[in-house]
Amino acid sequence: MSAPEPTFMSTSSPRSIRRRRMGTVFAVLCGAATMVGVVSLAVLLVDVALDGLPRLDIDFLTSFASRLPERSGIKAALVGSVWLLVLTALISFPMSVAAAIYLEEYAPRNWITRIIQTNIANLAGVPSIVYGILGLALFVRFLGFDRSVLSGALTLSLLVMPVIIMAAQEAIKAVPGTIREAAYGLGATRWQVVSTQVLPMALPGILTGTILALSRAVGETAPLIMVGAVGFIAFTPSGPMDRFTVLPLQIYNWVSRPQDEFRALAAAGIVVLLVLLLTMNAIAIVLRNRYQTRS
Amino acid sequence: MRDGVEQVSQEGATLSFRRSRNVKERVIGAGLFACAAVSTLVTVGVVAVLLGETVNFFSQVSIVEFFTGTRWEPMFLEKHFGVLPLLAGSFMVAGGAALIALPVGLLTAIFLSEYASQGLRKTLKPVLEILAGIPTVVYGYFALTFVTPVIRTFFPETDVFNAASASIVVGIMIIPTVSSLSEDALRAVPNALREGAYGLGATRLEVATRVVVPAALSGIFASFILAVSRAIGETMAVTIAAGNLPNMTLNPFESIQTMTAYIVQASLGDTPRGTVVYQTLFAVGMTLFLITLAMNILSQWVLSRFREEYE
Amino acid sequence: MSTTYDIDTEGRLPALEARDVSVHYGDNEAVKKVSLVVPSKRVVALIGPSGCGKSTLLRCFNRMNDLVPAARVSGEVNFRGQNLYAEEVDPVEVRRRIGMVFQKPNPFPKSIFDNVAFGPRINGYEGDLDALVEESLRQSALWEEVHDRLGDSAYALSGGQQQRLCIARTLAVKPEMVLMDEPASALDPIATQRIEELIYELKKDYTIVIVTHNMQQAARISDYTAFLYMGDLIEYGPTETIFTNPREEQTEAYITGRFG
Repeated sequence: MSAPEPTFMSTSSPRSIRRRRMGTVFAVLCGAATMVGVVSLAVLLVDVALDGLPRLDIDFLTSFASRLPERSGIKAALVGSVWLLVLTALISFPMSVAAAIYLEEYAPRNWITRIIQTNIANLAGVPSIVYGILGLALFVRFLGFDRSVLSGALTLSLLVMPVIIMAAQEAIKAVPGTIREAAYGLGATRWQVVSTQVLPMALPGILTGTILALSRAVGETAPLIMVGAVGFIAFTPSGPMDRFTVLPLQIYNWVSRPQDEFRALAAAGIVVLLVLLLTMNAIAIVLRNRYQTRS
Repeated sequence: MRDGVEQVSQEGATLSFRRSRNVKERVIGAGLFACAAVSTLVTVGVVAVLLGETVNFFSQVSIVEFFTGTRWEPMFLEKHFGVLPLLAGSFMVAGGAALIALPVGLLTAIFLSEYASQGLRKTLKPVLEILAGIPTVVYGYFALTFVTPVIRTFFPETDVFNAASASIVVGIMIIPTVSSLSEDALRAVPNALREGAYGLGATRLEVATRVVVPAALSGIFASFILAVSRAIGETMAVTIAAGNLPNMTLNPFESIQTMTAYIVQASLGDTPRGTVVYQTLFAVGMTLFLITLAMNILSQWVLSRFREEYE
Repeated sequence: MSTTYDIDTEGRLPALEARDVSVHYGDNEAVKKVSLVVPSKRVVALIGPSGCGKSTLLRCFNRMNDLVPAARVSGEVNFRGQNLYAEEVDPVEVRRRIGMVFQKPNPFPKSIFDNVAFGPRINGYEGDLDALVEESLRQSALWEEVHDRLGDSAYALSGGQQQRLCIARTLAVKPEMVLMDEPASALDPIATQRIEELIYELKKDYTIVIVTHNMQQAARISDYTAFLYMGDLIEYGPTETIFTNPREEQTEAYITGRFG
């Protein structure tokens, strides 16, 4: 029997070398592409930090915006953002969860349900500025809420509701069917099953999704511009009908000024905004992990 | 006798208990349905509001001029209402962003799905998610203070406000959209197919590009369409970085104005109700809404129509 | 205890020779120092209860275990005199020469033609692809049924047809040996029978190693049978001997159905 050729199945055969080289090139290409995202993020964060951290101090957090950059601060914007956040959460959360419960536990599998479902998916993809237009026409003008925190909160609620509904649906779907069966088997009504079994189990997932959706809302600017939040607010809201401003809007205002000092202010404002978002996301992740390990 | 009496009263109590439970259940069910139906109302509301003022707008401005005119000057004394410059601006930014995000996002997805180890994936995915979570104002700031100066060192002729800067930044912003959805599509391809290909003597590159990616193509395309739709709907980053100058040009180094930037500009100014300028808000908004809606529906259709069944 | 009979390689170089092959998953030893000789152009069956390591052992023969990061293979697998696990051997080339058919049919979501043509294409085949595809489909007894619809999706075929397509796909790269991991276990009895007939035909040109949990199948189609239990090779010899007169008690117990 003849012995196999020296390059039989060998890594040093020309075909083998060529294929491996192409493979390495491709792998490096994919890795490099991944790095584009990572490096961009790093550069962005470093750029913002370098510009903003020097300007960040207690005065900044406790002063109102002013025409003079040295005396400007984001107190109004920060408080406004928090107001908006809480109000939006209060409005959007119950309705979204209710809608999700309906879709997952009550809705029959017919065309009406399908339309509602597709509609929600479509709404999630509508640009945020369109919600601003709707908010302007409906809440500010038609319902007469004018340029208030309430208008802003209602507008943002419309924006985040589809996202929360979809996240809540996922969380409810994840509850095992056996739990429901056991409860039904004991003679519980549908609402009892939902309120005593399904909802408690799905709640951490729902909360995580809600916090993530709300963190998106915190960063929104365009819809709020449309409903009249403006940059020159020198007070904090004391009621839902007051005028207001939010962090992103204040940042936008400062960015629009050509002077360098305002750039630094903008960067400092961004740092505060990012810290707020980071906190919210961290809470969401902690929630997710804690309840994942438990179950 | 006594038992009979007790039995009747027990039954009676049970029946009324069940009836009141039924009523309560029905009310709750109706309430929940109402909440779900609100979502439909929102869509109806959006369409109604946009349509209403758009109709008013077109009673004063010809549709032909709107869709074919190349000058958008609604606030000048001599008004022109051609929307093409805004469309051109939006599509140029979105196109440039796609040029960056689609290849980078897809290659990232392939890396995460076919090459990266579990540990690496666990570290990289959150990083990309953070990228997606950064507010658009921040991207606008980054474009203006970092990207544009960099561009200008290489191309000194560039305007301070330019489309390229906005494109780059929006591109970075939508990378996670592409990579995350594409990765889901890639990972949904069953391992049995990969094994079959390896068994025939394929390299990892060949398995990834000739088996896995073709199998996941519908999901990948859907992610592309969705990403472009997001780029078109992007507002603050382009408003800050690209400028407010409606401009029919293919030159990315000039200022332009996108549909979204115009809407912001118009609402920052004084726009009393009933004026044509107020109505332009809605006409442009309607155009934007229809474009993004069409793309989102297209993306869902691609996903459902060409979904592979991995029997 | 283990018994290996003298395998009559009939004067030809054995297709494959395993020497002290072991596979570790972490601390767990799935295959324990198995040695056996696979004669050329014969069918060798690996039998044994679930989890005994037969699939793992099979996957050593074409280095598929390389794709599992947790697996560690030791020992030698000599194919035509060359150790497959030697440093300078390219596993990709190994897999072209030693083909594999899997338990569940796994055709690509492509046309019938493209499925069979995939292997040749990636290996740089420059000849007449149509002729090669036809030849492979004839060899796997599928040509008559699909010759007029080669452009159809592979998923339009039945389970049995898909498996024969996978066999054609494997044969298209002209391997010297074909490994089959329970190729008929997902198929109905009629399709199973066709696969078995096919294997009987194929052994004229190919060496075949087949893993099966179906003892009757092993008895029907194989020339040699190896019985594995918990990672150990208990007995290996001519099929007839194994099934009618096994030497080891465990073998007999398994054959007669007392466990497994």
